Amino acid sequence: MTVIPAVQTHALGKRYGSRWALRDCSLAIASGSVTALVGPNGAGKTTLLHLLIGLSEPSAGEVRVLGWSPREQPQVVLPRVGFVAQEHPLYRGFSLAEMLNVGRKLNAHWDEGLARERLARLDIPLGQKVHRLSSGQQAQVALTLALAKRPELLVLDEPVAALDPLARREFLQSLMEAVAEGGLTVLLSSHIVSELERVCDHLVILAAGGVRLAGSIEQILASHRLLVGPRVDPDGVAREHQKHAVIQESHTERQTTLLVRLNGAGVDVRWRSDDVGLEEVVLAYLGQQSMRRTEPERDLTEVAS
Amino acid sequence: MIEFRLNSRSGVPTYLQLVQQVRHAVRLGLLQPGDQLPTVKEVVGGLAINPNTVLKAYRELDHEGLVEARRGQGTFVLQGLTTTTPAEHAALRAALLRWIERAQEAGFDEEGVAALFAAVVRSAFIEEAA
Repeated sequence: MTVIPAVQTHALGKRYGSRWALRDCSLAIASGSVTALVGPNGAGKTTLLHLLIGLSEPSAGEVRVLGWSPREQPQVVLPRVGFVAQEHPLYRGFSLAEMLNVGRKLNAHWDEGLARERLARLDIPLGQKVHRLSSGQQAQVALTLALAKRPELLVLDEPVAALDPLARREFLQSLMEAVAEGGLTVLLSSHIVSELERVCDHLVILAAGGVRLAGSIEQILASHRLLVGPRVDPDGVAREHQKHAVIQESHTERQTTLLVRLNGAGVDVRWRSDDVGLEEVVLAYLGQQSMRRTEPERDLTEVAS
Repeated sequence: MIEFRLNSRSGVPTYLQLVQQVRHAVRLGLLQPGDQLPTVKEVVGGLAINPNTVLKAYRELDHEGLVEARRGQGTFVLQGLTTTTPAEHAALRAALLRWIERAQEAGFDEEGVAALFAAVVRSAFIEEAA
């Protein structure tokens, strides 16, 4: 039996007026994975997430969520997808009991027991009004409401950006507990890379409206190396290292430093080869934008699958 | 029951830190045969890490024969750690010392020896895992 990816897009694009917010985006998100979508502000992260949950219509290409189109078959897709928006929108004047009421009425598969048990564990009384909660508690309530839908796919847009470090840790603990219970695929966008490495098992790097790199974090870390060796002219780099994809390069008079994605071949013994951290890899791919602009003839950005 | 800690600056992958902490606890006798390891949910709820990381660590320990996953019950310590005998230990140490002397004769300093050793250990264990 082949498992349908939780999310699959093909050449997906979204244009606002003459500007493409997202372009030629093809990716697959494995069922059961926890995937981080990273990129600078304006990279198209929110646009992509909104396309997945049917909030906006693609200008080009195709999107499938749990095997279906979110715009054409919303009645099949939406009950199985949970979404936590950036600002954790809740009805501010409502009490939590009233919020649960709304959740129950709007969702066919509402799990009231799960919602109440989670709120009790978080020590948030049901009589409390939403606007009296701390931002960490509001984030937890938004997560609780999304999880009580019993979704198969949970989409979170910058879930921890506005939280202090303690609230951020507690939020991620709750999220990982939910994943440990099984049957849940998570896609979350973020521009904080440091904490993603613990929480996520897959990564998609989005920059300037396109996918720069996608894959399992383990594979990404294993396949990228920092090479330091004798100076090679920028034009010579591609010649000498054609077997690897050069993501980032810098040169002094004597020395050349390259961040490369290995393509199976070994590394020349004259080069010192070091591991790279996830944050460095991400920054290298994001920095590639400016490099491409100055050297448009060289194609270094083919996407690993 | 033991509690895991993580050192995010050590450079050691998270799953390996969990593996090492279980081995360490078994070696010290903090974990005895029959003891249960924390459940995946308990670990991720405490450390805010991906459940697959915990599963990977437990699978590795299972593969080593140190623990056993019992369906629906949890993961339990199976045996103590078998350590090498003092004689084996001494023989391995002597062989390694001879190799270091040869490396020194070839011009390697301490750092060079350490780097070469680490690289060989790494590739040997990567090949074994593959």
